[in-house]
Amino acid sequence: MNELPQQLVNGLLLGSMYGLVAVGYTMVYGIVQLINFAHGEIFMTGGFGALTVWLILPGGTTMWVALPLMIIGAVLVATTIAVGAERLAYRPLRGGPRLAPLITAIGLSLALQQAVWAFYPEAKSARTFPQIPGGPIELGPVTIQTGDVFLLVAAPVCMAFLAFFVMRTRTGRGMQATAQDPDTAKLMGVNTDRIIVIAFALGAAMAAVGAVAYGLKYGVVDYKMGFLLGLKAFTAAVLGGIGNIYGAMIGGVVLGIAETMATAYVSHIPGMDQLGGQSWADVWAFVLLIVVLLARPQGLLGERVADRA
Amino acid sequence: MRNRSLLILTTAVTAGALTLTACGSRDDKGGAENGDGGNVTVTIGLDAPLTGELSALGLGIKNSADLAVKTANKKSYVKGVTFKLESLDDQAQPSSGQQNATKFVADKSVLGVVGPLNSGVAESMQKVFDDAKLVQVSPANTNPSLSQGINWSTGEKKRGYKSYFRTATTDAIQGPFAAQYVFKEAKKTKAFIIDDKKTYGAGLAGTFKGEFEKLGGKVVGTQHINPDTKDFSAVATQVKSSGADVVYYGGEYPAGGPLAKQIKAAGAKVTVVGGDAIFSPEYVKLASPAAADGDIATSVGAPIESLPSAKEFLANYKAENYKEAYEAYGGYAYDSTWAIIEAVKKATEGNGGKVPERAKVVEAMQGVSFEGVTGSVAFDEFGDTTNKQLTVYKVEGGAFKPVKSGTFGG
Repeated sequence: MNELPQQLVNGLLLGSMYGLVAVGYTMVYGIVQLINFAHGEIFMTGGFGALTVWLILPGGTTMWVALPLMIIGAVLVATTIAVGAERLAYRPLRGGPRLAPLITAIGLSLALQQAVWAFYPEAKSARTFPQIPGGPIELGPVTIQTGDVFLLVAAPVCMAFLAFFVMRTRTGRGMQATAQDPDTAKLMGVNTDRIIVIAFALGAAMAAVGAVAYGLKYGVVDYKMGFLLGLKAFTAAVLGGIGNIYGAMIGGVVLGIAETMATAYVSHIPGMDQLGGQSWADVWAFVLLIVVLLARPQGLLGERVADRA
Repeated sequence: MRNRSLLILTTAVTAGALTLTACGSRDDKGGAENGDGGNVTVTIGLDAPLTGELSALGLGIKNSADLAVKTANKKSYVKGVTFKLESLDDQAQPSSGQQNATKFVADKSVLGVVGPLNSGVAESMQKVFDDAKLVQVSPANTNPSLSQGINWSTGEKKRGYKSYFRTATTDAIQGPFAAQYVFKEAKKTKAFIIDDKKTYGAGLAGTFKGEFEKLGGKVVGTQHINPDTKDFSAVATQVKSSGADVVYYGGEYPAGGPLAKQIKAAGAKVTVVGGDAIFSPEYVKLASPAAADGDIATSVGAPIESLPSAKEFLANYKAENYKEAYEAYGGYAYDSTWAIIEAVKKATEGNGGKVPERAKVVEAMQGVSFEGVTGSVAFDEFGDTTNKQLTVYKVEGGAFKPVKSGTFGG
């Protein structure tokens, strides 16, 4: 049986999730040149936000009613935490040495993980996440799970929304202007503080949608789920060209497909038996990253805004 | 260009910082002092994952060890000695385990250590304990090389550390036991073997594979997964297209549950079989009860609920109102702790009633023999338990139910 189409779909799904989280890294980096390492944890809190909504809803609520409310809950929790973090942790350090906010981000990441671990009921081990009922959908050689359908729909919709927002709206143009040159943007009447808050909030909202997709896909959320996924999403952002939102999405998909292909096929290459399998998938993903960065140091799509240095 | 080099620099610094955060904090508490009324306090150390994904098992071990210590004190089992349990968390990390081992060695009141849960963690602790002649009894390590040396499979058995003992049966028996059940009784002939590349998982998968092929079964595929991720879709697709009718997973439930769920969701008609580390209600929860139905786990010993020797333990455990269940290793943890208490008793008696030095406790451990929760407890020349019983459990109606107990012969 030819499993290639299925493996491509597996990679596309994994990559879409990376992409949804990666846009948050890339937007914040594009505007304030900060790698927000707490973003993976903001993703995680989104997942717990959705779970909380589900637990509050009366038992027997159908997924069709619950899901929109869960997405709203996830987005609210994640954006609140992201905006709060910007306000309390990052803004006071703006203009300081660049390492200060970076270390703050790492601290925040640990604090959020441990806070959920310690205070969310029964979060010391993984918590089960509600599932969309129904069996898998068979499309020729490809099987798609009901939980994956959400991701397949949500990822492009979110990206289209984000692209529209950045390219077509007044606030979006303000973001572009701030990314190009914050001082000049300020002189032109752009409220850069507000723009930065919006960038954090938008990134968090995308991550929250990703977290709901994660819960639906894997059936569990846990306090550590943002750590590895955050690192992968950051890798995807760099691969696609950090600062470029299309790059983040494409970087995510490329990374996801690369990992899946490495898992499925590397061990079939003669002589590579020991270097294949899922435990080596990350290695191959990073080999790909290095090769891409050697050939195109600016990432696949480059940084669209002018380099200020 | 300045930005880019800064980006690389910050990335490198961050990667370093993230690695460092894995290290635990250090707290320096002094060793236990002499107790009141002429009683000497002997500390029994305990090392297990008390936080993180494997904490369900770890906390069960801790509570059971605590129960053993309380029982010994209540009965004044060793004259003039009050036992105290000191628990450290290894987070299932070999590096944390080694730090904890060093800490126990430095505390002069520690005469024995129970733990750890993970074979990989045990590897990092063995030498530290052996150098200090401090006895260690693990309730859960099943990797054969820990006691029989790395060449155990070729028959060159050699005990590496005289201070290492365990009350759990090894994978040298557990893997083949599962293979016999799967091939002969479940009548499955095409296996897809997956492991997590850890000491425990890879060892178990290896012993299963050997016996399964010897019996005439066919291995249609192998995969090594990264237990830190949750996405096993690529592996699941491979299992489906391989046509396997059974998946053997050498690894632990935090990855095993989601793996089983995704394999079944992909449409593969397989039974997932694993060792004692997937024998947990958490496995069924993570795999979802519907998907886990019919899955099989082997575990060391017999189900303690069915053992007459465990009645007292079960009643006392309940009476203490522990928040967490005793889980798969509770009985073994109790027996491990009790073995240390017995060894201390024997060594104390041989020392004119005075608390002996550590090396004497190691010597005494070799000769320990008593009726414990899990049956008779004694150790062979490698420090392995002489009780080689195993049980097959099957998921039925959302919970593991014992199917068959027995000893592996051959």
